[in-house]
Amino acid sequence: MTSAPATTVPDALSAPLPDGRGELSAGLRAALLAPPGAPVPDPAAAAGADPLGDDLQLSLYLAYELHYRGFTGVDPAWEWDPGLLRLRAALERRFLDALREGTAGHPDLDAVLEGILVEPVSGTGVSYHLSDEGTLEQMREYAAHRSLYHLKEADPHVWVIPRLRGRAKAAFVAVEYDEFGGGRAERVHAELFAALMRDLRLDDSYGRYADAASAEMLCTVNLMSLFGLHRALRGALVGHFAAVETTSSPGSRRLARAMRRLEAGPAAEHFYAEHITADAVHEQVVRREVIGGLLDDEPSLARDMAFGVAATGWVEDRFGVQLMSAWQAGRSSLRVPLDRAPAGG
Amino acid sequence: MVLTGEGPLLVDGPVELTLDDGTVVTSDRFKVAVCTCRRSRTYPWCDTSHRRRSRP
Repeated sequence: MTSAPATTVPDALSAPLPDGRGELSAGLRAALLAPPGAPVPDPAAAAGADPLGDDLQLSLYLAYELHYRGFTGVDPAWEWDPGLLRLRAALERRFLDALREGTAGHPDLDAVLEGILVEPVSGTGVSYHLSDEGTLEQMREYAAHRSLYHLKEADPHVWVIPRLRGRAKAAFVAVEYDEFGGGRAERVHAELFAALMRDLRLDDSYGRYADAASAEMLCTVNLMSLFGLHRALRGALVGHFAAVETTSSPGSRRLARAMRRLEAGPAAEHFYAEHITADAVHEQVVRREVIGGLLDDEPSLARDMAFGVAATGWVEDRFGVQLMSAWQAGRSSLRVPLDRAPAGG
Repeated sequence: MVLTGEGPLLVDGPVELTLDDGTVVTSDRFKVAVCTCRRSRTYPWCDTSHRRRSRP
């Protein structure tokens, strides 16, 4: 199939095209530099790749990112290329199977929500480590990783809006409006994160640290794109949203404390301080109105919502373990250490 | 306004609150969660400190 380029205007907002991490992603990367319709790797090859590994997760990331801000030098018409979408579907099936397997036997909706509402007296994990003893360099690594999401914070969730109605829709949009700064550009959460990155002497350009990010980090971003882009997974997307808004407030308090302790700068502290109070509100609105409203409209989605909550916890835990094990071994958690990155840093 | 069973008072924003020492604080969020348990470290705004805590 051939198609005319959708636009000849260069994408000023696009990201640099990441390097391949294996046969699948290198093949897909090469195809993206050719005109749409060029052959992409055979979807059957997805069967041989680790569903949570670098090669498959980067391939998914490349496919999904075409729906956000795209890549420099890549024709935007690739977004709807049938060959690429066939490959993406095969990758998604592997990923979704791995998510279902990893969360098999998760509790029902009431129980998973109850579970994330309880704060441990003495917790462990990345935000505790950074709050109490992490180094500035570890904080910079954490921010570089998270930039893959926070520079498009709340974007993947927008796709669910046409699939909601009434109470759930009104409340969901209200929370998203807050995420997007309530009509004020300087308060858009993605902009607050860009300012945080500048305080940490990181490059705040979109997609700048994609090559440095681990497969575990890519999983957390791909999870949102997967849930967001499929109407069939709308319940899981809402579950994901609820999980993030519920767990963010206490975690943000620890990260704001870390920024203060490390004297990272006012914008770095503000990003997390803003999320303490914002997400305390969002959690209430999401649980009462979004989940409550959607359950009234589509009670059969309770299972998918519970899956969304469980899968979010599962990919976040894997990411946390990856960071902590690298740091405990005295290594960088990034694939490309910041001091060796080509620009910024 | 909604008085939640477990935690804050939910009020439609913007909100202007006078604290007991006369300080006036404002929030222009679409909805504001006002702390009622007095445990918030961002008082008068809720920071989820009302949540149950458990030993792991």
